[in-house]
Amino acid sequence: MEISEILDIPPYSLNKVDKEQILSPYLTNLSRHHYKHCTPFRKMMDSVGFDTQKEYHYADLPFLPVRLFKMFDLYSVPQNEIIKTMISSGTSGQSVSRIFLDRDTSAAQTKTLTQIVSSFIGTQRLPMMIIDSESIIKDRNLFSARGAGILGFSIFGSKRMYALNEQMQLNIEQLQGFTEQHKEKRIFMFGFTFMIYQHFYKELARSSIKLDLSNAVLIHGGGWKNLISEAVTPDVFRKKLNDVCRLNQVHDYYGMVEQTGTIYMECEYGHLHAPAFSDVIIRRAHDFSIADAGEKGIIQVLSILPKSYPGHSLLTEDAGVLLGEDNCACGRLGKYFKIAGRLKNAEIRGCGDTYAEKF
Amino acid sequence: MRKSFDDIILLFPNTICIEELEKIPATQPFSNDVVEFLNALSQELSKDPKIRNYPDVATFAFFCRKANILQIKKRYVSEETIRLGRGIVFHVTPSNVPVNFAYSLLCGILSGNVNIVRVPSKDFEQVTIICNAITRIASNTVYQNCANRIVIVKYDRNSSATSLFSSFCDVRVIWGGDETIAQIRKSSIPARSFDVTFADRYSLCIINADQYIKEQNHEAVALGFYNDTYLFDQNACTSPHLVVWLGTKEIVYKAKKVFWNKLYNIVKQKYGPIQPIIVVDKLTALYNQAVNSDGVHKTTSNDNLLWLVDIDILSPQIEDFRCSSGYFSEYHANSLLEVATIINRKYQTLAYYGFNKMELSNFVKNNNLPGIDRIVPIGRTTDFSVIWDGFDLIRTLTRCCNIIAK
Repeated sequence: MEISEILDIPPYSLNKVDKEQILSPYLTNLSRHHYKHCTPFRKMMDSVGFDTQKEYHYADLPFLPVRLFKMFDLYSVPQNEIIKTMISSGTSGQSVSRIFLDRDTSAAQTKTLTQIVSSFIGTQRLPMMIIDSESIIKDRNLFSARGAGILGFSIFGSKRMYALNEQMQLNIEQLQGFTEQHKEKRIFMFGFTFMIYQHFYKELARSSIKLDLSNAVLIHGGGWKNLISEAVTPDVFRKKLNDVCRLNQVHDYYGMVEQTGTIYMECEYGHLHAPAFSDVIIRRAHDFSIADAGEKGIIQVLSILPKSYPGHSLLTEDAGVLLGEDNCACGRLGKYFKIAGRLKNAEIRGCGDTYAEKF
Repeated sequence: MRKSFDDIILLFPNTICIEELEKIPATQPFSNDVVEFLNALSQELSKDPKIRNYPDVATFAFFCRKANILQIKKRYVSEETIRLGRGIVFHVTPSNVPVNFAYSLLCGILSGNVNIVRVPSKDFEQVTIICNAITRIASNTVYQNCANRIVIVKYDRNSSATSLFSSFCDVRVIWGGDETIAQIRKSSIPARSFDVTFADRYSLCIINADQYIKEQNHEAVALGFYNDTYLFDQNACTSPHLVVWLGTKEIVYKAKKVFWNKLYNIVKQKYGPIQPIIVVDKLTALYNQAVNSDGVHKTTSNDNLLWLVDIDILSPQIEDFRCSSGYFSEYHANSLLEVATIINRKYQTLAYYGFNKMELSNFVKNNNLPGIDRIVPIGRTTDFSVIWDGFDLIRTLTRCCNIIAK
C-alpha cells in the first residue's frame, strides 16, 4: 500500500491482523529505503545483520535508540531537499536531537496529525486557546518541539489566542474576552502539560478569576517528568483544572519530536491509543523480547511517516505498560497502553566519580 | 582565619584541629608503629561478622596483615637514600568503589604521612565497617601514634572543604576520573605540593588461544574474568573492554566459544537483573561503533547480559567504543605487534592468559609502549598494589634526603 492510502484509513479502525498485514511490508520497505540512502543507518544495520532481502514482521525490525539523533545527523534524502530541521527541547547543557524533514515527510506528518486529532475534536476548525507564549514560535528557522507542537496543532484553530505573555504570565483580559466571545461554541485548548499546570492552573488558582471553559476540549502533551515532584497525577491534573475553569474534556497525548505526527492520544478511559499508522512495542530489558500485557518495559515506537530520516523504528528511554489490544472500552481498535516514567539513570559500580553522559 | 567547616562530617576522629595536624612530623616509611597498627586493623576487621557480606573489606583486611606489609617493605629497605613522608596527604577517593579510600589511606600512612581522606558522600556499609574498626583500635594507646595521623571526612560536592584541605596539603591524591580531577584542581595547592591523579583509563585483555584451549579449568579462568569485569559493572578503570585473541583461526574459533560460554554461564547465575537504561546504552554504543568504524558485527546473543562485538579492523579509536555491564569488542590478531599499534597513554591494565613474563616484557620494551602500567593474569586486574597506574605510591608519597659523605 502507498502511504497516501494508509493515511486515509480511519486511525482506530484496524485490528491486530489487518494492522500487521499493512505495516509489516511498509516498515520493512522503509528500513530498506534508509539502508540505501543513509550511510550511518546502513552501517548500523550491517552490524546487527539486517537482511535487505528478507520480509520482516515489523516487530523483528532493528530499532535505533533515540539518543542517536543527538549524536549523528541522520537523513535519507539529498541535503537540498531538507526543508525543516526539528530540534528537541533538551535541557540546558544537554545535546539536542536533530530531525531532518523534506516536503513529503512534513506533509505526511500534518495529514496524520489531522486524522488523529479530528477523530477526537471533529473536523471543523474551532476557536483555539494556546496555553503558551507566542514568542515560542517566532523563530521559524529552528523548530523546537514546543513550537512545532503549537504550530502543528494550530491547523485545528480558526482564531488563535495565546494565553501567556512573554513573561509567562496570564493575559487575563484577552483570556476573559476570548472565553466570553466563544461561550456558545466549543473552544479547542492546547498546551504542554507542565506549562498548563505551572502558568495556567496555578495562576488561576491563586487569583479569584473564574473562567467557564465547560464547553472546551484540552489536548496536552510533553510528559509528566516535571510534575512528578509536585505529586501531580493525571487525575489530580484533571480535577484541579476542573476546579478553576470547569474544564471537563481533557486528553493527554504521548509523542516525540523524533516521530512527529503519529501521536498516541488518551481516550475517555485514560488510555493512550496507537493509531493505524504507528505502533508501540513494550520490550523487556533482559533480552528485548516483547513484554506481556501488564508488564513494564522499554517503549519502542514504530511509525510509517519518517522517510527523510531513519526514525521509523525507535527505542525510547521511556518505560511503559501495554494494557490491551483491540478491546478498550472506548471502542478504538489497536494497542492501548500507559507510560511508566523515564528509564532511571543507572547506578553502576566503578572508579568514575559520576556516571556522566558518555556519549 | 580559616573558614569554618560546619558542613564536614568527621568519620574519624571525633574532633580535629588543623593546626595540630600540621605539627605532626612525617616519619620514615614502614615504621613499626604503622605496621602494628595495620596488623591490628586487619585482626579487628576479621573479627567483624559483617565482613562476610563484603568480600572487598575481607580482601583489604587480608592485605593489611603484618606478613604482607613486611613483604612489601622488603622492596624498599635496601635503599641507601633516606626517605621521609612528605607531610600531609589529602586523598579524594572515588564515589563508586567503597573500599578504595582505605587503600589510598594505607599508602599514605605506610609512607609516613599524615592523612586527610575524603570518602564518598554516598553511604556505604564498607566505609562504616572500616571507620568503626579504626575507631575501636585507636582507643588503645599503643596505636595512638598512628591513629593521630588519620582523618576521615565526608562532605558534599559543593562544600568549601576541598579548598581548605588543598590549601595546606603537601600531596593531593585524586581518584575518580577526568571530570573529578578538573573539578578538584580548581582549588589550588601550595607551591611545593603536587597532585597524584588517577584519571580515566582503558584496559584490555590478550588471550593466547593455543594455550587457553589446553587449560584444565576453564571455569576458573571465566570466574577470574567475571571478577575483572562484571564485579564492578565493567566500569572500573582496570576492567577490560577489548579482548584480543592470538593463535590459528580454528583454535581461536574454538577458544572463543569455550571462553564466552563459560563466562555467560557465570553471568547468568551471578549478575543482574540488568538495568533498562544500560541496555539502551549498549545498543547506542554498538551503533556508535558501527557508524564510526568498518567491519563491526555484533555476535548473536541469548540476551542483553553479555554482548560481543566482532571487529575486523583494530583501530586506535577502539577505546571510544565501550560500554558498561558486559560489552566486549573482540579481535583476532596475527601478533602482539598489532596490539602495540593502538596503545596510547590512556591504557592502564593488560590482562593476559597464556603468555610468559619474557614475552610480556619484550612486548613492552621492544615497542616502547606509551601506555599500559600493569600486566596481570586474568582474574587479578583489581588486585591492589602499592604500585598503581604507573606510580610507586610509597616512593611518590615520600621525599628523599640525600647525604653525600666526604
